[in-house]
Amino acid sequence: MLLREVEYAKPTSVAQALAILSENDGARALAGGQTMINVMKARAASPDALVDLAALEGLKGIELAGDGTLSIGPMTTYTDLVVSAEAKARPILGEVCAQIADVQVRNRGTIGGNLCSNDPTNHLPPLMVSIGAQMTIAGQGGERVVTADEFFLGVYLTAVGPGELLTKITIPAGKRDAFAAVTLGVDGTCIASAAASVNGSLRIALGCVDATPVLLQPASADEGAVREAVRAAGIDPPADVHASSEYRMHLVEVLAVRAARQASERN
Amino acid sequence: MSSSRQIAVTINGTVYEREVEARKLLIHFIRDDVDLTGSHIGCDTGNCGACSVIVDGTLVKSCMMLAVQADGSSIETVEGLANGDELPVLQQAFSDHHALQCGYCTPGMLMSATALLRMNPKPSEDEIKKGLQGNICRCTGYWNIFEAVSAAAERMSE
Ligand SMILES: Cc1cc2nc3c(=O)[nH]c(=O)nc-3n(C[C@H](O)[C@H](O)[C@H](O)COP(=O)(O)OP(=O)(O)OC[C@H]3O[C@@H](n4cnc5c(N)ncnc54)[C@H](O)[C@@H]3O)c2cc1C
Ligand code: FES
Ligand code: FES
Repeated sequence: MLLREVEYAKPTSVAQALAILSENDGARALAGGQTMINVMKARAASPDALVDLAALEGLKGIELAGDGTLSIGPMTTYTDLVVSAEAKARPILGEVCAQIADVQVRNRGTIGGNLCSNDPTNHLPPLMVSIGAQMTIAGQGGERVVTADEFFLGVYLTAVGPGELLTKITIPAGKRDAFAAVTLGVDGTCIASAAASVNGSLRIALGCVDATPVLLQPASADEGAVREAVRAAGIDPPADVHASSEYRMHLVEVLAVRAARQASERN
Repeated sequence: MSSSRQIAVTINGTVYEREVEARKLLIHFIRDDVDLTGSHIGCDTGNCGACSVIVDGTLVKSCMMLAVQADGSSIETVEGLANGDELPVLQQAFSDHHALQCGYCTPGMLMSATALLRMNPKPSEDEIKKGLQGNICRCTGYWNIFEAVSAAAERMSE
């Protein structure tokens, strides 16, 4: 399909990318393009300029610190996360990335693009909330760090403002995590999802039921406690062709129980 | 910043230098500018895989990438699989196992199977299914395709 005419820049430093983004109101970052290009085809958004992040080496790669903390560049692809030895320090990362779409999408799609697009059906936003990830956001004025709980603001909306970039995702050490979802076919789009993590206390993040992941912190992973927490959360899930609001509510309760159980059984 | 750019890409061993508009999808560059029409456009939304090509060793959907993003890369398309008139093992296996009917999905299937067999020369049935997950076929029901890939893997390891 012919896209609307667009300008293109491929900066070689983060500073240069930030300068271009802040000087051009209609400029948008281009990561793996697996959402952006479809959005442009559908004319859902028609940026005036694309700032290709592909040459920014500082935004790639996975580092494992001595205390088990992972620092992940936003331009790291799902495939990178699936095969990386370092990323195995937090096994759930590769496990969930291996369930996203298909080989081709996994080869191009990036963790940063997944988080910044914040599609409520995406796999990674609830996962990041459950495992307590932190996001580093850079602008021309400097850097700030926000927690995953504060990062997702609305449908397709995050704490990354105009002229800013997500530059790093920091993930604490931990292994007792799980992700449960009902999807459209194997490895398909989520109809409802729940990510759970037991790292000290239990954190469950529900996906597809609100504009942003819904964080629950039940006192225990017992089925009764988890069901109670989901019901008390005051969620009113959206309805679409795949599920009514009631059915989605039912699914997410079952998925929360399943994810909490799987996470607490892991060691 | 500019709305068009001079790019150089190698496709199946030949270098092409062209001025392209930034808005041009890689699949259109391959089909319209370079006239290699083996790669197909099915859905144009990243779902069907008919446009799959291998860019710097990585399988991608070329309708989900801009031509300017491929600048400097080396691309393999279905036209690059055969050497001369003789069908290589994988394509012969597709023919032997009736792994195509209308053939529309076949170039993408062949590129995905090629990428899979390079990484994993002896895939299990499940690994073949997972490897071809991004490619939709509306004709064959997939079984013959899985059999063809599996037979090709066996022949190649002989
Ligand atoms: C067929 C298909 C099926 C899919 N199925 C799933 C699925 O089941 N689950 C799932 O989670 N996803 C799915 N996706 C979406 C896919 O995972 C995308 O790759 C992802 O949502 C976006 O990542 P990207 O790197 O391609 O980003 P892009 O498309 O390049 O960018 C997405 C958005 O994020 C912004 N952005 C990107 N990086 C940064 C950054 N560092 N700083 C600031 N802004 C940035 C861009 O400006 C843009 O607005 C699917 C995609 C396709 C084509
Ligand atoms: S045409 Fe590219 S995936 Fe269907
Ligand atoms: S053979 Fe017709 S679509 Fe696959």
